[in-house]
Amino acid sequence: MATISTLAYLVAAVLFILALRGLSHPTTSRQGNLYGMVGMAIAILATLFRPGMDPAGVVLILVGLALGGGVGAVVANRIQMTALPQLVAAFHSLVGMAAVFVAAAAFYSPESFGIGTRGNIHGSSLVEMSLGLAIGAITFSGSVIAFAKLDGRMSGAPIIFKGQHMLNAGLGVLLLVLVIAFVATGSQALFWLIALLSFALGFLLIIPIGGADMPVVVSMLNSYSGWAAAGIGFTIGNLLLIVTGALVGASGAILSYIMCKGMNRSIINVLLGGFGTDTSAAGAAAGAGGDRGPVKSGSPEDAAFIMKNASKIIVVPGYGMAVAQAQQVLREMGDLLKKEGATVEYAIHPVAGRMPGHMNVLLAEANVPYEDVKELEEINPEFAEADVAFVIGANDVTNPAAKTDKTSAIYGMPILDVERAKTVFFIKRGMASGYAGVDNELFFRPNTMMLFGDAKKVTQEIVQALQK
Amino acid sequence: MNPTDLANQASATAQRALELAQQARILAETQVVPAIQHGAAAADPFLFLLTIFLLACFVGYYVVWNVTPALHSPLMGVTNAISSVIVVGAILAAGTADNWVARIFGFLAVTLAAVNIFGGFLVTRRMLAMFQSKKKA
Repeated sequence: MATISTLAYLVAAVLFILALRGLSHPTTSRQGNLYGMVGMAIAILATLFRPGMDPAGVVLILVGLALGGGVGAVVANRIQMTALPQLVAAFHSLVGMAAVFVAAAAFYSPESFGIGTRGNIHGSSLVEMSLGLAIGAITFSGSVIAFAKLDGRMSGAPIIFKGQHMLNAGLGVLLLVLVIAFVATGSQALFWLIALLSFALGFLLIIPIGGADMPVVVSMLNSYSGWAAAGIGFTIGNLLLIVTGALVGASGAILSYIMCKGMNRSIINVLLGGFGTDTSAAGAAAGAGGDRGPVKSGSPEDAAFIMKNASKIIVVPGYGMAVAQAQQVLREMGDLLKKEGATVEYAIHPVAGRMPGHMNVLLAEANVPYEDVKELEEINPEFAEADVAFVIGANDVTNPAAKTDKTSAIYGMPILDVERAKTVFFIKRGMASGYAGVDNELFFRPNTMMLFGDAKKVTQEIVQALQK
Repeated sequence: MNPTDLANQASATAQRALELAQQARILAETQVVPAIQHGAAAADPFLFLLTIFLLACFVGYYVVWNVTPALHSPLMGVTNAISSVIVVGAILAAGTADNWVARIFGFLAVTLAAVNIFGGFLVTRRMLAMFQSKKKA
């Protein structure tokens, strides 16, 4: 019977790999998701039919599955796509907490997993258990903070205080000491101390990181949730948990890397936090902007007139579009312009939005064909041929200072070359600088027209003007 | 040498061969097989798990680099859902533990993981449904 469940786990692991494989293209992706579901069903059934399950336990498990599954299904069907980043953060926190609970269950009933007896757990299992516990707890509290920041329940601004990094380093060392003591003694008090300290550490690690760095944080916590699962897999000697944990851990790590590269910053730089709070640099840049010439602002009607006569338009959406929920009306505008004979494409910067691929989902939700949505490397050569670059709710990712100004906070970040288009429209609520606190010189160029106002409202007015 | 002697010698040789084969078999049974089994068992279970872990990291690395950037959000949804496979450990605890403390922890973990499993796969399905090709015919 044990062999059968092991084989079932192997099948599930292969199905999970195929699930990720399916995401290499939109046409195979839904099948991939299905593979994932089947794999999970196999894993759960194989475990339920393992020997030693008693009926009371099975009832308990089914109740848990029904309760949790019901909540999960309702939330997944009701959530707005703009709120996706906070949903994913919340889900990560649940994986972290589940890891903590499983570690606790293994601690109080090691016989269930064949890792020794109560109070006499194998040393190596204690090491693995404390790893799973600590990573799980850090994932939990870190994700809770990420959720609160993304959901606007706490300010997205970095929270920094003196000696913060020293405190975190100190707590890290303390955690290591506790783990060693726990492995040596197997003490129950130490188990919970490790949990508490890890909760505190996860909390402290995320509070200094600002709102627009959240794509990195969400990816990183995604990675952590994988490592936590792998840690638990080692603890209870389960191959499926180890394989899946490794897959998820690698996936999150790669996404974190891609996000960091999209900002030309190291992961360390992001994690140390406090980015965009260096006001002196921003002030200097703003001062320099004073003699750059006047800012030209226009009306939605002006923009509609110019775009009606354009043959190639590239739309650059950013987080502002998501906040204003402007994706539907943006697609309407695109449809109208296409009717006028223009080509309309969408340029997505890797770190646009609050999680990897966030803009793509929002545009897909608004029925923008995915063939029209282009990545940075693909679209950048095309800006030179474009008549109009329509920047909606994005700023830093278009700032040429990233290429020219070595003193700029965003120097070296790959940007979308909107300045090469004949005309650049910026929809913004005001002249405020972007997240990086850096002034955007594009605002002052003669071929730039600012369209001040709420992204959705302005786009609606353009649509009305186009329909006339 | 006459045919009878030859036949006798042949049968004696055959007998020897048979004896040798039997000895070889006994040797194999008593020495070689346990040695092989011992070799497999002697590999530290931790090293075995570590091998699998590292190989899975490589598989994940190559598979995930193939994911198109447009689908990075669904990728997070799927990875989030499958990381809830931790439910396997939770089920074992809730169904086989000999004390209620461990069972309650197992039950709580099953519930949390179930939120993720259903929520993660369903929200991913919703996202992916939006990515259907909308090329106008």
